[in-house]
Amino acid sequence: MKVREIQDVLSARIICGEEFSDREVFSACGSDMMSDVLAYVKEQAVLLSGLVNPQVVRTAEMMDMQCIVFVRGKQPDDSIVSLARERDIVLMTTDLPMFASCGMLYEKGLRGGAIR
Amino acid sequence: MSLIELHYDVPGDDFTRAGEASGSVKAQLKKLGFDPGVIRNVVIALYEGEINMVIHAGGGEIDVSIDPDQIRMVLRDHGPGIPDVALAMQEGYSTAPDNVRALGFGAGMGLPNIKKYTDEMRIDTEIGVGTTMYLRVDVKN
Ligand SMILES: Nc1ncnc2c1ncn2[C@@H]1O[C@H](COP(=O)(O)OP(=O)(O)OP(=O)(O)O)[C@@H](O)[C@H]1O
Ligand SMILES: [Mg+2]
Repeated sequence: MKVREIQDVLSARIICGEEFSDREVFSACGSDMMSDVLAYVKEQAVLLSGLVNPQVVRTAEMMDMQCIVFVRGKQPDDSIVSLARERDIVLMTTDLPMFASCGMLYEKGLRGGAIR
Repeated sequence: MSLIELHYDVPGDDFTRAGEASGSVKAQLKKLGFDPGVIRNVVIALYEGEINMVIHAGGGEIDVSIDPDQIRMVLRDHGPGIPDVALAMQEGYSTAPDNVRALGFGAGMGLPNIKKYTDEMRIDTEIGVGTTMYLRVDVKN
């Protein structure tokens, strides 16, 4: 699934990284606990989170995740956005809650990965 | 002497900066052309350790030695120490307070993650003195 499709499915607004909306994402991980995300192994995953702080971007950076969706309309502040920009990570925000966001992406064929 | 040695001071009073050292190591390893899988193993383990340093021990120091066949990391802090390492290593065990949990940490998954992503993990710890963690990731072909 491309980043732009994720944006469409979730009626999300892209905050930064619009130029990367052709990126392919093969799996998804939704969590507010960063160590749970760090236990997750899958290539090219999108991260969905209701947590908004710099460590969400750092966690994505360490995991080579190139797209983060903030759920429940959460808005990252400028310092978080610039951290993501420096790392070419796409940020978007959707008004949908976590459960609905994951469900809608699942319905469109996106799958989770294994915890190793 | 290793090919490259890196040193970082990790401030203990600024959670927003936690991960700067790990990010810098990631950039270096990338520049040196290491395999992405190896890089991920190194930086996830290092990042978990760096976060632990900040949330549990008031900061510390990180040394990274990079060789073509292995990457070694030493994380040293002067925090409270870990009373029961075997217990701390269990998935889900955490003493993190609610304010840390609100930041997305405190699942009790950090040390088990470090174990999974490294080829060697050793913890030296003394109550009231501090904790030193030795990590090694091998570069396999
Ligand atoms: N450097 C340290 N100094 C003192 N105590 C530590 C240190 N690192 C870990 N601990 C102790 O070990 C426990 C388990 O650590 P671990 O990293 O597995 O989980 P956590 O940090 O609590 O949560 P998570 O890593 O999932 O965010 C911690 O809650 C803490 O009590
Ligand atoms: Mg931890």
